[in-house]
Amino acid sequence: MNNTVQNTEKNLVEVRDLQEYFPIRTGLFKKTMLKAVDGVNFSIKPGETLGLVGESGCGKTTVGRTLLRLYKPTGGQIFFDGNEVTDKNMQNYRKEMQMVFQDPYSSLDPRMTVEDIIGEPLDVHKLYKSKGERRDKILELMGLVGLNAEHATRYVHEFSGGQRQRIGIARALAVNPRFIVCDEPVSALDVSIQAQVINMFEELQEKLGVAYLFIAHDLLVVHHISDRIAVMYLGRIVETADADELNESPIHPYTLSLLSAVPIPDPNTARAQKRIILEGDVPSPLNMPSGCAFRTRCRYATEQCAKECPPLTDRGNGHLVACWCK
Amino acid sequence: MDTPKKNPFSLQIDVSRFEKATEEEKRQQDVMSESTTFFKDGMRKLMKNPLAVASMIVLILVIGTIIIAPMVVPYGYEEMISVNGKRDKTAKNLGPFEYSKREQAVIDEGGSVFPHIMGTDSQCRDYFIRVVEGTKISLSVGLFASILVLIIGVLYGSISGYLGGKVDLIMMRIVDIIYSLPDMLIIILLSVVLNERLANSNNPVIQSLGTNMVSIFVVFGLLYWVGMARLVRGEILKIKNNEYILAAKAVGAKSSRIIRTHIIPNCISVIIITTALQIPSAIFTESFLSFVGMGVKAPMPSLGSLANSAREGLQSYPLQLVFPAVTIVLIVLAFNLLGDGLRDAFDPKLRR
Repeated sequence: MNNTVQNTEKNLVEVRDLQEYFPIRTGLFKKTMLKAVDGVNFSIKPGETLGLVGESGCGKTTVGRTLLRLYKPTGGQIFFDGNEVTDKNMQNYRKEMQMVFQDPYSSLDPRMTVEDIIGEPLDVHKLYKSKGERRDKILELMGLVGLNAEHATRYVHEFSGGQRQRIGIARALAVNPRFIVCDEPVSALDVSIQAQVINMFEELQEKLGVAYLFIAHDLLVVHHISDRIAVMYLGRIVETADADELNESPIHPYTLSLLSAVPIPDPNTARAQKRIILEGDVPSPLNMPSGCAFRTRCRYATEQCAKECPPLTDRGNGHLVACWCK
Repeated sequence: MDTPKKNPFSLQIDVSRFEKATEEEKRQQDVMSESTTFFKDGMRKLMKNPLAVASMIVLILVIGTIIIAPMVVPYGYEEMISVNGKRDKTAKNLGPFEYSKREQAVIDEGGSVFPHIMGTDSQCRDYFIRVVEGTKISLSVGLFASILVLIIGVLYGSISGYLGGKVDLIMMRIVDIIYSLPDMLIIILLSVVLNERLANSNNPVIQSLGTNMVSIFVVFGLLYWVGMARLVRGEILKIKNNEYILAAKAVGAKSSRIIRTHIIPNCISVIIITTALQIPSAIFTESFLSFVGMGVKAPMPSLGSLANSAREGLQSYPLQLVFPAVTIVLIVLAFNLLGDGLRDAFDPKLRR
């Protein structure tokens, strides 16, 4: 226990045993808990990027939103800079933690000008003394994300997807945060724009020293931008390692199958590679299998997997894996 | 690198025939269309719709007539025509631009008499001014009833939509119950009950409006807001799920700010459109009630009651029915077309 407290001091963000359950009506009076996030632990150091990958519906977005208390967590603790974040002091941390959303079309209010969208965090936290200062700050932010000053008075429907995402990033940067949750920020953009936006994320990190939680389902993108990667399956983290380590020597069978599904640009290498195709579908989160959630689709599943849920154990170099296999 | 061999039928682009864009040409690509606000854009679209523009002109003419006519025409709407201070009993059921015998006598002597543009009715009253007054009454009933519906419906709907959950469930079941009440029956019952209660009232407003009129307003306030409430609730539920609301929360905005700056501006167009379409339906209901004799009190005309009284002399003086009927049609049609135009211009779902 002492060990973890010491770690918190170095970590910018630490999440301990985060749980988020949604009540779902399954019968006339019966309610079942949908365990979207079930006991997630991770930590992010200042200026670091943690990539979070997993297939659709595994709870990645919920982790990001619960972390910012957009949903009230069912259980677990969130620490920022060594202090626990609670409902009461959340308003202060809104200036430290921000979010970039997935859909650049619905995450910007169609009735507001770009200036007002980027200025909203400034208005809410009263970060300026005069109108002129507000305008200067907004123009500075727009320059930072590569937008022209004359775009300030325009409405969002006049912009392309990539430009809109830049507006969303400028809004997140307005309060000068130290940590940004990027919730699949590039998955709604086409490939050429994806590269631009990802490079901009990296440049901003170099310039401003922000830490990212980068949520995505594209392993190549995540590998490119992340220092460390966490793989999620059905509300739990199954493997965490440095980006290169995870890419080269994955241990968890789910990570193996994910990596084998990444398209390879060279057709000769691709032919030689064997794709691991998982059998069956993702179990419903309303009706989770006992023990390890992945055992229903795992080739190596044993009786032990059905009985107990494997904990995240260290396999050296901070490579954590939740699997009973060696 | 040598260029690959080109098949004559290939669609492959010949790169050598391209040239690089100059700096100026690149800058031209940056130029965007002129910035427009949502409102300006909508108004521009509305002005391009000929039907909407025509209905606006019709409505402006009607409202202008209501304002100007009483100043120009020297007759009152409940005043019998009199010549030289004496009642003119011969001025009964005159046709348009006809003069009674005594008026003709005045004209022959060199005096002037203001023409009866739509003739006179069976009680020797100038019909034009009665139709104008009736239009004024009908229009204001429509307008006030719609405003009543607007206020109650928007408040109820937005509370239900924003709070959601159990509150929403209970509030919407109340709406369902009200929706299933027969409105005509309620109006008849209410006017009977209110008649007794209000008949002795000294309140000048109620006295001048008449109990039937009060019951029309009560009915609109009780029954007709449900459509608006449902619509606003649906719209708010839709807006609430947009990510920009979540983004505002992530930024730290409070509920009051979210409602003020995000939710209201995004559903205001739907509210305006529905109100514009509510006005003709209220006018129609009022006219119908007045026609069946449950509307405005006797000397006060409304388009419906004018049509009703014209029914008695329909065989001999059909024009007395035509004038109010045509006015109702014009107003209702104009409001409906304008409402349609507004919807086409402002509904975000139909945008580009």
